[in-house]
Amino acid sequence: MSKIGLIIKREYITRVKKKSFIIMTILGPLLFAGVVVAMILMMKMDDDEFKKIAVIDETGLFNDNVLLNTEYIEFDFVSTEYFDPVAVKYDLTRAKKEFNGSDYYALLYIPHTAANTVKGQVQLISHKQTNLGLKMYITNSIEKRLKDVKLDLKAQDLGISDKDVQDILVAVNTNINVVTTVIDGEEERETSTQITMIIGYVCGLLIYMFVFMYGNLVMQGVIEEKSNRIIEVIVSSVKPFQLMMGKILGIALVGITQFMLWVILTFAFITIAQTALLDETDVAKLTQTMDVSGQLDVDSQLSDDNAVKFEEIFRSLSSINIPLILGLFLFYFIGGYLLYAALFAAIGSAVDNEADTQQFMLPISAPLMLGLIVMFYAINNPSGSLAYWFSIIPFTSPIVMLVRIPFGVPVVEVITSVVLLILTFILMTWVAAKIYRVGILMYGKKVTYKELWKWFRYKN
Amino acid sequence: MDVLTANNIVKKFSSHLALDDVSVSVPQGSVFGLLGPNGAGKTTLIRIINQITAPDSGIVYLNGEKLSEKHISQIGYLPEERGLYKKMAVGEQALYLCQLKGMSKTDALKGLKQWFQKFEIESWWGKKVEELSKGMQQKVQFIITVLHKPQLLIFDEPFSGFDPINANMLKNEILELRNNGATIIFSTHNMSSVEEICDHIALINKSKKILDGSVNVIRKEYASDIYEISYDGFFNTLEPTLMSDYKILEVTNHQQGGTIKLEMLNKEISSNELLNKMMQFGTINSFQKHLPSMNDIFIKVIGDTNSVTE
Repeated sequence: MSKIGLIIKREYITRVKKKSFIIMTILGPLLFAGVVVAMILMMKMDDDEFKKIAVIDETGLFNDNVLLNTEYIEFDFVSTEYFDPVAVKYDLTRAKKEFNGSDYYALLYIPHTAANTVKGQVQLISHKQTNLGLKMYITNSIEKRLKDVKLDLKAQDLGISDKDVQDILVAVNTNINVVTTVIDGEEERETSTQITMIIGYVCGLLIYMFVFMYGNLVMQGVIEEKSNRIIEVIVSSVKPFQLMMGKILGIALVGITQFMLWVILTFAFITIAQTALLDETDVAKLTQTMDVSGQLDVDSQLSDDNAVKFEEIFRSLSSINIPLILGLFLFYFIGGYLLYAALFAAIGSAVDNEADTQQFMLPISAPLMLGLIVMFYAINNPSGSLAYWFSIIPFTSPIVMLVRIPFGVPVVEVITSVVLLILTFILMTWVAAKIYRVGILMYGKKVTYKELWKWFRYKN
Repeated sequence: MDVLTANNIVKKFSSHLALDDVSVSVPQGSVFGLLGPNGAGKTTLIRIINQITAPDSGIVYLNGEKLSEKHISQIGYLPEERGLYKKMAVGEQALYLCQLKGMSKTDALKGLKQWFQKFEIESWWGKKVEELSKGMQQKVQFIITVLHKPQLLIFDEPFSGFDPINANMLKNEILELRNNGATIIFSTHNMSSVEEICDHIALINKSKKILDGSVNVIRKEYASDIYEISYDGFFNTLEPTLMSDYKILEVTNHQQGGTIKLEMLNKEISSNELLNKMMQFGTINSFQKHLPSMNDIFIKVIGDTNSVTE
């Protein structure tokens, strides 16, 4: 095995065997899967049990035909029980008191004000936090009924027949979905701003995190070798450049391994959790409640077009060039890391311990932070000159370019950016290696930028 | 035959001249002492021999060949600043470092097992380095340095950090390696160890080589005309006779004789003449020309050059 191969192997194996690596690799996906599982659990928490809901309706507009019972929900209209004929009003205080001892899941209070204001207040009183599905179901049902009633009243006022009202409603039923399309020569692609935004954010953030986390590992590794005093033993066997590159590449492999394991384990954990926590009826039920709320909305003017959105996402997903994005993501992921890792190595070589690294971190953290800030900006304006320049400049391009890619970037720009990144990586590694080979054998010196410049100019 | 020849080495670090036209020759099979005060340039010269840094000018030859990358495996180097990865297991680490020197894994493993047996440290194989004491770590480092059977071994201050027992063991190991044909360069400022084990030395001070050659020759060269004589006889009659040509440095008397240490002032008089004179006053038990210690030479030479340059 070549010497650089031996170094890569050692860097890789000692790190992958570390407890902290194993813990991080398992803990990350567990945490992520935990969040997903918690969401699933919250959604299904109350759905299991049969819920009986007491309704006090001051408007008198609601009955079994409006608030429909479902398999799991039953509405019980108890308004009359709490009507106080003396005060001529509903006694909510008593209702609340009695609700406490009852087996009702919740108490729904619809005040008469709800019927004649634009923004009505309805109360849902329960012992536990109610789940989102139930809340949505009730909101949609009440909204629809009140709208119908108001519509009828207005129609009567104006002397329009029910049939005409229905005709008008059908005639004005409008549902607009803006589909964005990009024309690139002969090719025509639909794009979705939402999905591209998400992809851009995730890619940019991942690269930013990866560069910092694993760049730091490189720096710590160099400092470790220096403070251990093993460095001189090693450089009598291999060239400093081989040692530096071996370390950088070995740690890159560790990073890629961890990243892949995170993706695989996260999927595995979620799948396991899903099968363990949800049986088929649960899944069916979840989709059913979704459908119910969807159906209720069909002729509603305020269309909650979830279904449309999903459809759009899938459509635009297929319109995005996934292999291109994936390939470029991998390129910028590795290219960005390599560019900065060499600088991290040079800094590690210049200091005696980690506390001294702070003064040299600015040239690394400043462009990375800038890249992140421009990335957020570029999502809103992916073709602006700021986004353009920062996706070409190699120090920020790994973070910024991927945000622009899904919006369509001319091939020339991509190639320029890629070539520049490669060239800068080579240049930076060359510069870093010159500082590194001097720095690793220097002890107890207070290092300044001027000193680094001097080292850079040393021969051999 | 010289194993290593360095010709006219110059190395400059920005404003500081680390080596100024230094040439050394290390004879085959010798223990070569590279001496000098701190900061003289010893470590820089050693790093050049190890190809860690390159000289600004000058050439190094190993066995008559210009030094190149293939020679790395023929040199073993134990630096002064030496350490190991603290979290790595002893055996795994030794194996790694030997492989970096160019050994195959099987050879390295076989050799390591033998050395670990010899030093009776097999039980350390799986231990982490941080569990070992400093002296124990030094043993491991020594093994790593010599395992690939280099023909040239370079030890920079090897005895620092060793207790006397281990230092003695190390000294014997070094001499054994020499007897088995290796050449050893040995950088130190511990002069007593130089007299004990070095055959040749080079003395570097302020970036320049100021003295080199065989230890015996140098000591004779620097011998001043000081003699130590022990005798049986009468000092009272001896003393006036010696007054004119000699300076008496030290006298210890006992009943019928004593020892006397004197310096010859008149360089014309040979040691035989002195002996002749002495014989008239009593019985000579021993007669010895006093050789200076390397320590004396070291201090004298460096003191002289410093006063010249200042």
